[in-house]
Amino acid sequence: MLMLQLIIGLLLAGAVAWASERWHVNAPRWVSLSSLTLASLYLLGAVASIPAEQFSLVPSADQADTWLMHYQAQWIPRFGISLELAMDGLSLILVLLTLLLGMIAVVSSWDEIKQRGGFFQANLMWTLTGVVGVFLALDLFLFFLFWEVMLVPMYLLIAIWGHEGRSYAAMKFFIFTQFSGLLMLFSILVLATLNHQASGSWSFSYFDLLGTAIAPDMGLWVMLGFFLAFTVKLPGFPFHTWLPDAHTQAPTAGSVILAGILLKTGAYGLLRFAIPLFPEASMAFAPVAMALGAAGVVYGAFLAFGQSDFKRLVAYSSVSHMGFVLLGLYAWNTLAIQGAVMQMVAHGVSTAALFMTAGALQQRLHTRDMNRMGGLWENMPRMGACAMFFALASLGLPGLGNFVAEFLVLVGLFQVSPTMTVVAALGLITAAVYSLSLMQRAFQGTPDRNLSVSDYQFREMCAMAAMVIALVWLGLYPQPVLDLAQPVIDSLILESAP
Amino acid sequence: MNLQAFVALSPLLVLSAGAVVLMLQLAVKRSTTRAYYISLLSFIGAGAASIWALPATPLQVTPLLLADTYALFFSLLFCFCGAATAAISRDYLLQKEGQNEEFFLLLILSTLGALTLVYATHLASLLLGLELLGVALYALIAYPDRGTLPLEAAIKYLVLSGAASAIFLFGFALLYAATGALSYDTIGQAALAATPHNAPLMLAGAAMIITGLGFKLSAVPFHMWTPDVYEGAPAPVSGYLSAVSKTAVFAAILRWWLQSELHVFPSLLAAVALLAGASMLVGNLLALLQENVKRVLAYSSIAHIGYLMIMLVASGVAPQPGLAIEAACYYLVAYAITTLAAFSLLGLISQDSGDVDRDQLKHLQGLFWRDPLLALLFTVALLSLAGIPLTAGFIGKFYLFVGAVDQALWGLLGMLVIGSAISIYYYLRIVYTMTRPQENTVDSVIRTSLSGRLVVLSLIIAMLYLGVVPEPLMGYLRTIL
Repeated sequence: MLMLQLIIGLLLAGAVAWASERWHVNAPRWVSLSSLTLASLYLLGAVASIPAEQFSLVPSADQADTWLMHYQAQWIPRFGISLELAMDGLSLILVLLTLLLGMIAVVSSWDEIKQRGGFFQANLMWTLTGVVGVFLALDLFLFFLFWEVMLVPMYLLIAIWGHEGRSYAAMKFFIFTQFSGLLMLFSILVLATLNHQASGSWSFSYFDLLGTAIAPDMGLWVMLGFFLAFTVKLPGFPFHTWLPDAHTQAPTAGSVILAGILLKTGAYGLLRFAIPLFPEASMAFAPVAMALGAAGVVYGAFLAFGQSDFKRLVAYSSVSHMGFVLLGLYAWNTLAIQGAVMQMVAHGVSTAALFMTAGALQQRLHTRDMNRMGGLWENMPRMGACAMFFALASLGLPGLGNFVAEFLVLVGLFQVSPTMTVVAALGLITAAVYSLSLMQRAFQGTPDRNLSVSDYQFREMCAMAAMVIALVWLGLYPQPVLDLAQPVIDSLILESAP
Repeated sequence: MNLQAFVALSPLLVLSAGAVVLMLQLAVKRSTTRAYYISLLSFIGAGAASIWALPATPLQVTPLLLADTYALFFSLLFCFCGAATAAISRDYLLQKEGQNEEFFLLLILSTLGALTLVYATHLASLLLGLELLGVALYALIAYPDRGTLPLEAAIKYLVLSGAASAIFLFGFALLYAATGALSYDTIGQAALAATPHNAPLMLAGAAMIITGLGFKLSAVPFHMWTPDVYEGAPAPVSGYLSAVSKTAVFAAILRWWLQSELHVFPSLLAAVALLAGASMLVGNLLALLQENVKRVLAYSSIAHIGYLMIMLVASGVAPQPGLAIEAACYYLVAYAITTLAAFSLLGLISQDSGDVDRDQLKHLQGLFWRDPLLALLFTVALLSLAGIPLTAGFIGKFYLFVGAVDQALWGLLGMLVIGSAISIYYYLRIVYTMTRPQENTVDSVIRTSLSGRLVVLSLIIAMLYLGVVPEPLMGYLRTIL
């Protein structure tokens, strides 16, 4: 019930934010910020009341009470579709990340959006609604619904408030995701039809579809529908081409959400649906998937180095980092998956911070071109220091969250494929190259003494501080996140065991 | 003909009576408002009659008409669409000079034709319905008699429809020659018992009928008239053409196709599959290049007919066509309401635009900031056409997927996926245009009537309802099929 309230609450908050524009120009962002804060507190409060031993239970398909929360209500009985929402440790981590980055996104766009702030906040909230829905839905029809619904407000965010090339970027984003989404719908339906033919009744519930028997050659095709949808979103090489455009053209808040959370829906989908639903086909396909992941790591890093656009560089670095997620997931052992989950969280935070920096620079300098920057540390020491921190996080400095994540992925991967591990480890070196080059070109060098720009203010420092604390915590004491994810990973590995 | 028969046919009778009353009223005093109310009453009355006649079903009234739940269901839908069209047209017409009363008469008559089509179980009544629908539409398309565009559109429709009629009449004759029957059931028995002797004749006849009806449905390659006619006709009429005329023809084809069992010929199935694939691909590709919103919607309607024809194939292949019929019916309802809403919105913003509709993309620029409600409604309608969840269009598309996966029609499914992906571009292009900042060249204020807004709003609410709570309609469709 709480999960439904959360989703409906965010949906309504969006509508209220839009309507509140009439009272005051500032009202919409206050509405969003406070509703996100309230939602987080509400969720944390509810989670705190769950007995501690529940967190170590392995969520099982046939016992709803092994999940942290489970809610089910009839929706379309004709096809056995229900409003089935469930939360385990993995969903909890990701929903909390969503709410946190949602707040960061609101803060980062505080002054940026001058036009139609109400509708902007509404779209922001609706995107978050969709994402939370994706992380909670366990009915495949419902999952697909949220998957598609979150596209529309995201499209509007890019198309209305984006930068110069927004029309092209927004369209590309939508068509890529929609096309791959339709392939997923197709796969979902094949799965449900097979289940219908076998059992005589329709169901789209994850639990009912988990054990569906499927012929191996057909299984591969059906699995590919899911794989494509999730890899496009992730984005995995070679389906990443929408991402640099969309990230670069989106307004700051849009980039933060896109990089911080929307990409994670792809990783989540692979982990929750694509691999457990088709264990044999996925294992057969794993070498290809891992090769794509390794290629993404290297290729993304390589392209990131070649960019002169600040945001584009960060966007390509995302391609590289998400390659690690793909590698970790398809290595399919506990360590590697832990690493992938960790990477989702750490990358979400570090990239969100870098995009926020890019947005702040664009707002002050009206450019994203690093050739026109240089020596900015002199002008904006606070911003420089924050950027340095997140650039180091992004290159995988030990002691910060990203290092833990990539280390775990590499350790797990080594047991499966040492060659892939060698290739992926190259990504750590190239990451250092582009991250440091980013710092040098933008913040070091000869400063422009005539430039008068304001440094980070209190509001921005608060957001930065929150993300710094999160990354340090993830780096020094990652155990709580690992503990939360552990039972989920156990159950997923158990379910997909032959 | 006993009393039950009259009850079963009451929707047809109410509409006919409405037409007569309206004509008498016009003989006494011309008044657009009165004509409007009489037509509205007829539609509501006929709609109520379709519910009232339910207990009398199923009843074969003469060999021509079968009053069953299928017929009554679509009668109700068409009366609803007719009423909505009348309501949108009133304010649209009041702005235009000239004598507008006959518009409503023609609207009633063409709806009568649509109703006849869904009742038809005999080639003669099929023809009757098609011609009644068509002839009234020629006049409706050309109704605003200023300007050459509507006239051109009407002539085009007239000539091509005439050609189509000739072709399917020839098809009827061939079928008759092969089987000696005109009623669907008898043709069906003959088709199941086809011999090498009469099979070629039946095949040729059926192919010609599909060709002729393909014209009416604007399936590729018989689609050439569609964009021009949609563009030339007044927006409410384009909506009516798309929502009622196509839906009625499709519903009639579906019944003919299933009852006369002609799908036992594999080559006919292949032909229909080919038409479906071509419509999906060509319709979507050609829509990409249009600057005129009506033309975009026209090409999109071609694509939607392509999607629907997948269900003709599925129902032909399946041993139990129930799921395919159910899917087609849901899709038809969703499509009719959505396309009607889209065109009604165009009609609404063209209310005070003089002789030419505001149907260019540039007319919509900045609509999000000039009139947020209308823009939002239009966005919802376009998303429904594109099949995005929470709208009726999505559930419709979902149904088509289910129906096609059930029969393993992988090729057509592939086309459906590709077509839908392409279609996103042109639907979103309209949405994007509406979000652009307004330019000085476009009219800054659009006056719209409150009643018109209410009609559009209720259509959109119906669409969202069907998208969010689809179970009632699904359940009902299952009980009647």
